[in-house]
Amino acid sequence: MKARLKIRRGGAYERFEVPFEPGQTVLDGLRWIRAQRDPSLAIRFSCINANACKECMMRVDGKTVYACTTRLAEGEMTLEPLPNKKLVKDLVTEIAPPDERLK
Amino acid sequence: MRLQADVLVVGSGAAGMYAAIAAARAGAEVLLVDRSLIGRGGATVMAQMTVAVAVGEEEPDHWEHHLADTLKAGRGLCDPALSQLLCEEGPACIREMDAWGVGWARRDGHLAQVHAPGHDRKRCVYVDFLNTGPAVSKTLRARVQRIGEIRRVGELLVHELAVRDGGCVGAHAMHVSSGESISIAAKATILATGGLTRLYARNSASVNMGGDGYALALRAGAELVDMEFVQFFPIGHLAPRLVGMDPIMWDPFRYKLGGRLLNSEMKEFLPEAGRYVSARDVATSGILKEVAASRGSPHGGVWLSFQHCSEAVLREAFGPVIERLAANGIDLTRQPVEVAPIAHYHMGGVRVDRDMQTGLPQLFAAGEAVGGANGANRLSGNAITEAVAFGRRAGERAAALAARMSLVSPKPHSWARPWEGKINPAAEIVRLQAVMNEHVGPLRARNGLERALSSITDLAPVCAELEAPRAGLDPEWVDMQDLRNMRLVAECVIRAALERTESRGAHQREDFPETSEAWQRHLTHRA
Repeated sequence: MKARLKIRRGGAYERFEVPFEPGQTVLDGLRWIRAQRDPSLAIRFSCINANACKECMMRVDGKTVYACTTRLAEGEMTLEPLPNKKLVKDLVTEIAPPDERLK
Repeated sequence: MRLQADVLVVGSGAAGMYAAIAAARAGAEVLLVDRSLIGRGGATVMAQMTVAVAVGEEEPDHWEHHLADTLKAGRGLCDPALSQLLCEEGPACIREMDAWGVGWARRDGHLAQVHAPGHDRKRCVYVDFLNTGPAVSKTLRARVQRIGEIRRVGELLVHELAVRDGGCVGAHAMHVSSGESISIAAKATILATGGLTRLYARNSASVNMGGDGYALALRAGAELVDMEFVQFFPIGHLAPRLVGMDPIMWDPFRYKLGGRLLNSEMKEFLPEAGRYVSARDVATSGILKEVAASRGSPHGGVWLSFQHCSEAVLREAFGPVIERLAANGIDLTRQPVEVAPIAHYHMGGVRVDRDMQTGLPQLFAAGEAVGGANGANRLSGNAITEAVAFGRRAGERAAALAARMSLVSPKPHSWARPWEGKINPAAEIVRLQAVMNEHVGPLRARNGLERALSSITDLAPVCAELEAPRAGLDPEWVDMQDLRNMRLVAECVIRAALERTESRGAHQREDFPETSEAWQRHLTHRA
């Protein structure tokens, strides 16, 4: 099966075709893109699949979700960074508590 | 930009956070840094299981009994002084965290303790439901936040230790989200960077467990020990695909409910009779042998069944977790799941003495980054105990040393050359993980190890020196620094696995199946 991920990168959107098996997640798809298509794509995650670190939060089709627990689906899915946080790059936003930032 | 501290702690899992607390308590100004967010990455937050500690609340116990079990599980290779520290200091740390409100499960007014494989009695405390690691992380995080002497900085990736006059004087780091180079001056430095499970395609840890601390220590001149001993957790979840849960979650299920490990003929192949008694190294090789004999499950593991349990029993034992399984389409009363070994923990690591001091003056290590306490095979429940006991000791000793030292500025760091980016490092990491999984897993043989070594050696030229990061968040640079460290650490694991021509604990050589008395010794690595 194939999902088409429409990813907001700065001011524009970029589309990637991602092959997947049922059960795989948006984070699996993003990691596949980085290894197979474009390593410059910036994403934030730590625990990969366990929903423990809570770092991979983003907007998928307008809803705020964790990429690691959202399943890939056939057709187009729109991925955007969190709208209420300062954008760092691509899907990465500034989510660290203010007193844990460098400045 | 420059930062400075009496004690620099690299890594904010349980070991790093406990070290920071202990160092601050001993009077040090502490800088606690993490490449991820503080207290969120690393292995601790992922631990859903139990903590082995001789508090003797469920039945009488003494740390010497815990030590005897730890040494036995270590198959003759534990560093007894480190194992003793873990077992003897564990209870005080667990009680201290209890006072800080971690919420250890209780029964009839005392701490609940369960019996885990390899222990001679009920010794393992936990936090319901499957919440041990998150509760430990959250408790230590809250504690760290309340101590003014601890400055916390996330997204700071240490890529090199700073050495002057034969001692560690701090570190060079990169601020991940801005790309800015940061130099850190510290009187003492503690590596609490965890293990190396990211070297394997199938692993149960977070993405920052690529052996950073081992590579940093090795390049700076410290010694590594026991690198061939990678623990595979025998019953890591395999299928159907499960999201939002740690793949090692079946461990607490087995503590509470027994469960049966079955081959394709639906027969038990370990001498367990529905009880959870097999040590990790024994269960791992037992499962892989069933798979090799074509008696595995469809995805290449074995079956784990809790079909003897009613829904009421399951719900009483695991409450909301049963709903999370249902959301993944799994009903344990009706179906077994598939499980298979998964890279879980590393027994080897940075060599330290009882004070957690490495061979490089002013450099300490703590937690999984340390090698030796668990020998050739770790007993279930010892990892968090090791993290907190070693973290506390390292923090105290680093603070005491820092009080006698003066601050020395690291020499400015210079990059070998500007970024050229000749390879896709994300793709190379995936390839390295596949090679390690295929040839350097729990069952090893000369041919496969040599193939892995040659593949890893091919990567050496592109990993020789780190190129300069570009401005802003540069995920390719981060991958490249990870690949460089992973490659170096993988080479240590493979070379030691090749050299050890015997089978012992987590290191099983198909071409040398016997344990040899002559090999009851340690292999070490130096740059």
